[in-house]
Amino acid sequence: MLTFILKRLGQAIPVLLAIYTITFFMIRLAPGGPFSDERKVAPHIIERQMEYYGYNEPLPVQFVNTLVQHVKLDLPPLTSHIGLTAADIISESFPVSLELGLWAMFIALMLGIPAGVVAASRQNSWLDYTPMSLAMTGICLPTFVVGPVLALVFGIYLRWTSVAGWAGPIDRMLPSLTLGLYYAAYIARLTRGGMLEILSSDFVRTARAKGASEFRAVVVHALRGGILPVISFLGPALAGLVTGSFVVETIFQVPGLGRHFVLAAVNRDHSLILSTVLFYASLIMLANLAVDVLQVLLNPKLRYK
Amino acid sequence: MRNLTAHYFPFATLAVLLLTACSNHEEGTAIRDEAAANSIFLFGNSSEPPSLDPHINTANNGNRIITTLIEGLVTYHPSNDNIAEPGVAESWTHVDNTIWTFNLRKNARWSNGDPVTAHDFLYGYERMLHPDLGAKYAQLLYLLKNARQFNEGTLSDFSQVGAKALDDHTLEITLEGPTPYFLGLIKHHSWHPVHPPTVEAAGGMTKPDSTWTRDNYVGNGPYRLKEWVISKIIKVEKSPTYWDAEKVSIQEVHFLPIDDINTEDQMYNAGSLHYQNTIPTHMYPIYQKEGDPHLRVEPWIGSYFYRINTTEPHMADKRVRQALSLAINRRAITKRILKGAHFASRSITPNGIEGYEPPQTADFNPKKARQLLAEAGYPNGEGFPTSVLLFNSSEQHKQIAEAVQQMWLNILGIQVELRNQEWKTYLETVINLDYDVARAAWIGDYVYPDTFLTMFRTGDGNNNTGWSNPTYDRLVTDSMQESDPQKRLSMLAEAEALLMDELPIIPIYHYARNYRIDPAVKGWYPKLTDNRNYKHLRLEKTP
Repeated sequence: MLTFILKRLGQAIPVLLAIYTITFFMIRLAPGGPFSDERKVAPHIIERQMEYYGYNEPLPVQFVNTLVQHVKLDLPPLTSHIGLTAADIISESFPVSLELGLWAMFIALMLGIPAGVVAASRQNSWLDYTPMSLAMTGICLPTFVVGPVLALVFGIYLRWTSVAGWAGPIDRMLPSLTLGLYYAAYIARLTRGGMLEILSSDFVRTARAKGASEFRAVVVHALRGGILPVISFLGPALAGLVTGSFVVETIFQVPGLGRHFVLAAVNRDHSLILSTVLFYASLIMLANLAVDVLQVLLNPKLRYK
Repeated sequence: MRNLTAHYFPFATLAVLLLTACSNHEEGTAIRDEAAANSIFLFGNSSEPPSLDPHINTANNGNRIITTLIEGLVTYHPSNDNIAEPGVAESWTHVDNTIWTFNLRKNARWSNGDPVTAHDFLYGYERMLHPDLGAKYAQLLYLLKNARQFNEGTLSDFSQVGAKALDDHTLEITLEGPTPYFLGLIKHHSWHPVHPPTVEAAGGMTKPDSTWTRDNYVGNGPYRLKEWVISKIIKVEKSPTYWDAEKVSIQEVHFLPIDDINTEDQMYNAGSLHYQNTIPTHMYPIYQKEGDPHLRVEPWIGSYFYRINTTEPHMADKRVRQALSLAINRRAITKRILKGAHFASRSITPNGIEGYEPPQTADFNPKKARQLLAEAGYPNGEGFPTSVLLFNSSEQHKQIAEAVQQMWLNILGIQVELRNQEWKTYLETVINLDYDVARAAWIGDYVYPDTFLTMFRTGDGNNNTGWSNPTYDRLVTDSMQESDPQKRLSMLAEAEALLMDELPIIPIYHYARNYRIDPAVKGWYPKLTDNRNYKHLRLEKTP
């Protein structure tokens, strides 16, 4: 197992290097730069800014310098948040995104797995059709529709929560729900699919034949295997929840990393773009690795390969 | 699996408890009423400011916060932009609008208790102009004698720049030429002092990314920085060391960086804000129809116009440009598309500048437009090349561009292709003159016509039309040395009349500020510059 993990971590290095290279050159090719402004800035001022922020070196030198800075974790200064580095931004905003992502994941699992199990165990009945149609609707409705509607209902009509912000615990509810519902729908469908396959397999039939209750057959015996597709989905899903929450963060005024990720591109803050891209890439790779390890632990078949 | 299920249950119970607990949240009381009772002003401030350093910031969201934290020689009057309200200076005199002497009040203090002196202002000017700091708005100080040379590095001795301290509390400023609106200019934070020991301790005067504003903000304004959480909130609280602290009524201002205008709109409707910076265009007609008492529509010192690339052969003839302008029905645009949120305009300079009546270009006239285009060699638009109308991506710019495209096709018979670009790309395209017609906007820095007129001089960095006219250049440049205020304004009017005849730019509308504000905020008046001094505001609970 340890060799497996080390091997995977070793593979991550060339991948990160490739991501760094592609990102570095892509952002340099984009028109406009960090120092352009609506009002003309005097050429000697732009010159000074470029010198200070390291843009005067030839491109290959910049490429190496920035790479070294990232390896040493001594990140370059930002142009869209003067006086800060990407490390400041990430350490302040990532915990927020992570918390939001975990709450959303919690909601997704709590709604998705039971719905999928019920649907599978009562296949082709109203208990199957109802949650599955709801799930399909949930997948189809984008977060920028669900979010404002939830805000309108809970924030303005019912006055249970504030419509946006990230101050008290109650402020976690709407963004987590918006983000979680979408994933709940996916998880419900994956659980149902996995469960259907397992429920018709021999060992479940044997369990039933030996007199196990329906609850025991489904929840104890079948769920363990039926949930595997969900587990393999969890890695990318968690990474997606944590990184892809830009829309939800914007709608609900959540001070998370997703907003910085997008605004950095709008502001052409090259350092912030690079650092966040690398951070997210590492995160996704770590999440996938964790899922692979978890799968091996849950699935005896994989353990001996 | 059993373990996992066992883990879930406490969480589920917790979540249910949390949800029930929260439904007890006080019903009916809006957050802003509660805040008003605690004298906290909740302010929607568009987005996270890149910096709160008065010499680095160029954004309006930063400007508002800096204005509460640092005070200049003079400051914003509550209602009238033509009046200078005494700030650190309690009185001043001038000789021919050129040599200004300011007497600083002796009880002005920094937030750490140090006295504010004339030397702090000199330190601020030197910092702002120092080539190593690379301040983007250094040009705003160029009317100080020799400031330009110092900033460009051809003069290294700051003592030759036109500012000196006669003693700790007397500051003498010498300008390049007579400047009647000088007091209006120095209200801007680029002219504000900083606390020298604090800046020195954070890496020195000329460090472009100095962190003193984030680690240890020492200001001299009515408020001091209380909390700054990136992309979440900036709180300022009443400063006990401020010389006029007894006049400051509001205890705290919370600036919220809300990127999304629809979110801001919902937050305002839910009662989470006292001030909504931007009203979504689709909501404006609704609030207007409802007669929302919070809605404000007030003239602002800004213009929306189209630039014309005069270096393109088919745009070089002024009759073509006049035809394009005559074929735009501006009132239809402001009525149908903007729903009255802004004002149709036929001049670049907005109305409301004291003593100045902006000369206007000719009104909508399809017949005359067709005739001029024919005279220029394109009868009924025949032979006129398909032109590109460029704008930065936005629903409203698109609607206006489509309307203009239709008007030009119907009236002049010319084909226009619409092209939208993302902001920074658009800026680059305009600077490179890679367009035929381009949407543009300009917000004045101070209340005087030349804030709109200097940029159309030959080769000015903000001209971006390729247009050049020696008479125009002479009128604008000479006006800056004219000491008779009346004569000066009439020279500028002559220049603008020329601009409105030559039309390298086509005015479309003058901006209004559209926003909503809670009637509980007292002392908030319409202002052409939209710059305010928060010390004059009060929060009162309206019954």
